[in-house]
Amino acid sequence: MYPSIHPSIHLSTLTSISSSPVIIYVHLAVQQLQTLCFLANFPLAKMAAQEVQPSETIAKLKSESEALKTKLEEERAKLHDVELHQVAEKVDPLGQFVMKTRRTLKGHGNKVLCMDWCKDKRRIVSSSQDGKVIVWDAFTTNKEHAVTMPCTWVMACAYAPSGCAVACGGLDNKCSVYPLSLDKNENLAAKKKSVAMHTNYLSACSFTNSDMQILTSSGDGTCALWDVESGQLLQSFHGHAADVLCLDLAPSETGNTFVSGGCDKKANVWDMRSGQCIQSFETHESDINSVRYYPSGDAFASGSDDATCRLYDLRADREVAIYSKESIIFGASSVDFSLSGRLLFGGYNDYTINVWDVLKGTRVSILFGHENRVSTLRVSPDGTAFCSGSWDHTLRVRE
Amino acid sequence: SKIRGDTVHEQSSVEAMVLEMQDSKSGVKSSEQKLNITSIPHVVTGQDILAWIANHMKVDAQEAQTIGTMLVAYGFIYPLQDHKKLILKPDVSLYRFQTPYFWPVQKWKADNTDYAIYLAKRNIRKKGTLDVYEQEYYKNLHKWLNHKWDFIVMQAKEQYRAGKERNKADRVVFDCQERAYWIVHRPPPRTHSAMDYGVDRLIDPNAEENKTFDYYRRIIIFTQQAIMRSKVKSTVSLGAILKHMTTYKDHDPFLAPCLPSNPWQTDDSSYWDLNMRNVEIPTKMRVERWSFSFFELLNDPRGRTDFKVFLKKEFSGENLAFWEAAEEMKWGTASSISEKAQTIFKTFLAPGAPRWINIDGRTMGLTVKGLEHPHRYVLDAAQTHIFMLMKKDTFYRYLKSPVYKDIQKKALSPAPHNFTPSQLEQNAQNRKPGINPIIIWQQEEEERAKAAAAAGPIDIKKLMASKLDRK
Repeated sequence: MYPSIHPSIHLSTLTSISSSPVIIYVHLAVQQLQTLCFLANFPLAKMAAQEVQPSETIAKLKSESEALKTKLEEERAKLHDVELHQVAEKVDPLGQFVMKTRRTLKGHGNKVLCMDWCKDKRRIVSSSQDGKVIVWDAFTTNKEHAVTMPCTWVMACAYAPSGCAVACGGLDNKCSVYPLSLDKNENLAAKKKSVAMHTNYLSACSFTNSDMQILTSSGDGTCALWDVESGQLLQSFHGHAADVLCLDLAPSETGNTFVSGGCDKKANVWDMRSGQCIQSFETHESDINSVRYYPSGDAFASGSDDATCRLYDLRADREVAIYSKESIIFGASSVDFSLSGRLLFGGYNDYTINVWDVLKGTRVSILFGHENRVSTLRVSPDGTAFCSGSWDHTLRVRE
Repeated sequence: SKIRGDTVHEQSSVEAMVLEMQDSKSGVKSSEQKLNITSIPHVVTGQDILAWIANHMKVDAQEAQTIGTMLVAYGFIYPLQDHKKLILKPDVSLYRFQTPYFWPVQKWKADNTDYAIYLAKRNIRKKGTLDVYEQEYYKNLHKWLNHKWDFIVMQAKEQYRAGKERNKADRVVFDCQERAYWIVHRPPPRTHSAMDYGVDRLIDPNAEENKTFDYYRRIIIFTQQAIMRSKVKSTVSLGAILKHMTTYKDHDPFLAPCLPSNPWQTDDSSYWDLNMRNVEIPTKMRVERWSFSFFELLNDPRGRTDFKVFLKKEFSGENLAFWEAAEEMKWGTASSISEKAQTIFKTFLAPGAPRWINIDGRTMGLTVKGLEHPHRYVLDAAQTHIFMLMKKDTFYRYLKSPVYKDIQKKALSPAPHNFTPSQLEQNAQNRKPGINPIIIWQQEEEERAKAAAAAGPIDIKKLMASKLDRK
């Protein structure tokens, strides 16, 4: 069963200098999911552009694709000359950690589903199942704004880079932007702007480098990039075979890629300009609930219902670590790195937070306190604390 | 799944463990207990369950508690006393293993019709036994399922009759099991159940995708591109990951103390005040961070400002100005693209432009051609070229320059706070609200507008003269 998505005919020309040839991508309706690639000087492009040859059988294509997959694995294996734990041997182990809850934010009347930090390092926005979106100054625990969405299950929320707006969405299939106001009595819903439109629930959203663009992921299996001012769809990303649950933008100097994770167990890395999937990893055994880039942008971590978190090396194109324990049998819902990337925080469905030594692969701490599953977790922009949101209606800030 | 309470994957390992716990020889010790006047078999205590888990999974008491609570929250084990609290108590509280019929299983969802029958049955048995939240449910179900209400009442009566035919002990056990099942699947207010339902997954990931020509062609194209994409050796990439960790180790508040103190720890926000976006004198740690990479320098507004001071002295501000203009176009609104493209062309790329950037002929040619039909990525090639130029040359000269050395000298090194417990209490009472980011944004917008106005019509003669000077 494939969702019917309004067809988007998209023509973008990308001219790239130096060695790469001219690339033109034409995106057709989702139902067909055809990406015709005209790559000058590339023979495979000619093959893709051809009509179906009567002599071509599916079996032939299948064996060709399998042979190529084997070749890819061989190429990857050739470069695999060291394991992460070997690199970790020469590094000192971490000491003991004492991480205390410094703030407990109470105010949501139902499950907290998502949260995001403001760039000012102390404000946060959170959203919950009952449709409430709250902006807090987490340092003073004051609630600064509250919006009631016209839908329940607000699964996604994000703070704008300027600190002047928030975006949110969920079962309404949309992502809406609410400009914030200095006037506490102003009704924010009046200035609400509907930006993204998917054909099913919105699972995650994120502003790009400015307030003017939003990246979304949806239960309809796609991700999309939107122009906030006009609501125009700038680029759509097709490739997941099931609901997409999470996304994260790369912190690279070029800022042109992002990673997404889905119910098809795949983590895909996308080129924002062309809409193409440039890397794909399928090693998890169940839904990927959360993906987060390593601070340098050279790797990313994922958290899954298979009770593991994993680290993927983008330059070597492989999975390099699995963070798991026999006693951890329930899924990881959200992950984030500390500032240096040495620690990975994971919120789990068994109400706990596990802290991992990214390098050595060991768990350095387990944190209790929430009374229901941890649904969302983010480290603050300056790394001084992290905040976890839970189905127990509260958010906790810990350092 | 982000939304649903259950997943298939967790089930099998949990089910295996629960079965092991019930093994007559190696499982949890069980006994017969009296509940009111009835004797119930196979009852276990919370502390015995926890001891078994701790021993079997080789974990400490707190972790065993977490695992045990999960078993109750999912409905594999249920409490006989205080039945609405789905936690595992580390004492002599009594529990029983739920019958597999009532285990959480993905294929058989606890649906509203069954719940309505259950509530109706309890109503028949004894009027007024329903809790307030159950009465709410019952009222709503009566509304939603009105069309099949006769069927529900009939089923309820039938089940009630069949129940009466069982012997007392069996009936009590079954009632406990059934009640436990519904506490998990329709939790009372303030009960945290792991089976709290939400939105269903839309697309079944297990459904076989139609393996047509297109499906395989897509895989072939993707795999070929993946093979051709340049990759690096693990020693190189993992080495880079390690290098990043080492470089930033002292800047990670979880690994090294922030000076003067972590605001979340001491309730003193000096650390944030000292590190505001455009503070006059930055801290030493912040200035050090600018040297880690060109990206760090540009990303920090204070760092970028300092870099601009250096560029002004070198009369080479046009590169950064172009890069910033290109960024603004890339991340700006769709409607502003053509206007920005025009301004950028006139200012940086046109022959004789006032802030002409020096890029190779081929890049310039392609960029100018692209600007005839501008889109947000039209400046990518030129922008990358300029960025690399700054990164590989200008950045390193900046780090060796008097401008950078000067700011390093001036930079602050705050002494660590040493608050007494009573001072900490004071701090907690007096947490400062901080400036609203909206106000900061408005201030910065004003400054940007002023700077743009000041830049105004550029005196070309003066600029060319200074360029010649430099040569």
